[in-house]
Amino acid sequence: MPEKRVLTNEDIRRVLTRIAHEILERNRGAEGLILVGMHTRGVPLAQRLAEKIAEFEGAKIPVGTLDIGLYRDDLSGGRRPKVHPTEIPVDLEGQRVVLVDDVLFTGRSIRAAMDALTDFGRPQLIQLAVLIDRGHREIPIRADYVGKNIPTSMDEEVQVRLRETDGRDEVVIRTQEEA
Amino acid sequence: MIKARELAKPQAQSGHTQPAKGGRRHLLDLDDLSRAEIETLLSTAKTMQEVLHRDIKKVPTLRGKTIITLFYEASTRTRVSFEQAGKVLSADVINVSSSGSSVEKGESLYNTAKTLQAMNADIIVIRHPHSGAPYLMSHFLDSCVINAGDGSHAHPTQALLDLYTLQQHLGTVEGLKVVMVGDILYSRVARSNLWGLTKMGAQVVLCGPLTLIPLDFLTAYRNREGHPFASIEVETNVERALEGADAVMVLRLQRERQQAGHLPSLREYSQVYGINQKRLALAKPNVLVLHPGPMNEGIEIDPEVAHGAHSVIEEQVNNGVAVRMAVLYQLATPSREGS
Repeated sequence: MPEKRVLTNEDIRRVLTRIAHEILERNRGAEGLILVGMHTRGVPLAQRLAEKIAEFEGAKIPVGTLDIGLYRDDLSGGRRPKVHPTEIPVDLEGQRVVLVDDVLFTGRSIRAAMDALTDFGRPQLIQLAVLIDRGHREIPIRADYVGKNIPTSMDEEVQVRLRETDGRDEVVIRTQEEA
Repeated sequence: MIKARELAKPQAQSGHTQPAKGGRRHLLDLDDLSRAEIETLLSTAKTMQEVLHRDIKKVPTLRGKTIITLFYEASTRTRVSFEQAGKVLSADVINVSSSGSSVEKGESLYNTAKTLQAMNADIIVIRHPHSGAPYLMSHFLDSCVINAGDGSHAHPTQALLDLYTLQQHLGTVEGLKVVMVGDILYSRVARSNLWGLTKMGAQVVLCGPLTLIPLDFLTAYRNREGHPFASIEVETNVERALEGADAVMVLRLQRERQQAGHLPSLREYSQVYGINQKRLALAKPNVLVLHPGPMNEGIEIDPEVAHGAHSVIEEQVNNGVAVRMAVLYQLATPSREGS
């Protein structure tokens, strides 16, 4: 499958730095903030954002992980995702939650994630940070923080690779070859 | 009426439950599960346990699915934990027991099962006093069938929760010395555990009076190179069996066994094979004591041990819910693995 690199590791570092600043700007600091990374690649992204926020603001903010396997709306459609444990380290009541994911596509995972989050309490607000927005939404969901908008066609696949999960940092677009 | 041809359909030895294109449809025993499948179930159970520790113990995963538990034998923990597992996953759970249903009017297993399927049950959980009843049902039902204990044959979810409990406490099952004490001959728990434990790489020692140990283990398997049971040891002396053990699985001794002539007396059994503090001291210092329940305290297990520091018997019950959630999830959401 032919690949085209759209973000390098330097690009990813700069993008995360900007998003970390935006999160602090929009929320006027790190008070009451919690980052929740969505399995699989949202988890290291949330951790990196938390490190940057700690660096800029001197405040250590909690990081949770969320698996939406049990909340998907396509379970009977022939896909059984491997489920991972969810860990929310603090009570979400009244907190400002920033959900972190790698790619925003149809929006269905985010809907499932919000269902899952509200089972843990009633946050004051939920925001969404994604590294890539590739369009093609199927439900009315938008991101508050976007690393890069990449318009794609349906036969393309956006793949985010991260050091922690894939050994290196890059974002590529893969095009399905005609069968 | 049972159509003879339907029942006589040739089946490869439990091969019809192998994960095919559509994924696994039934859970009848652990004999046809691969180690990888068992590991997936155990890791899924860990996720499920997190749900059980939440304030709101409910996820929408199996919304709209119907689970029917069909119990032809008395049960507290297995039935309740299947029901709870289904409800936490948002499935609709209907319980049928033989007393109070048409079974009392003489309805056959075949007809009862067909009736339940006609009510669009996605999963049927069955316990039956006859070995093989769940297999029979799996041959003519489109619903998923889960064996919740059949005769003296198999009890796969109990074995899975035992593996889960061992893994949770000791990190791994590989290389553990696990001693099963008591009535191996009639124990479906022991049989499923033998498959599970050997597949996961444990060293299993069977201990009990020779009258309650299947003869196969003394002869047949020992001489068969490569058979999964070839490594299983038999030791009739409980002190020797317990030496250096990582875990002891105490099996329930049914009182009927004495009447059947397998034992001179329950009192003698208790003196020779009962697990007490003194005997337990021969095992490893962090030895785990498991029991599938219900216990006969004072016969196969001393109350001090049953409720002592090494006992994980209550945890087994809690783990049972998580493991059964994992099983329901795997069976009710069929087909290929997705991301």
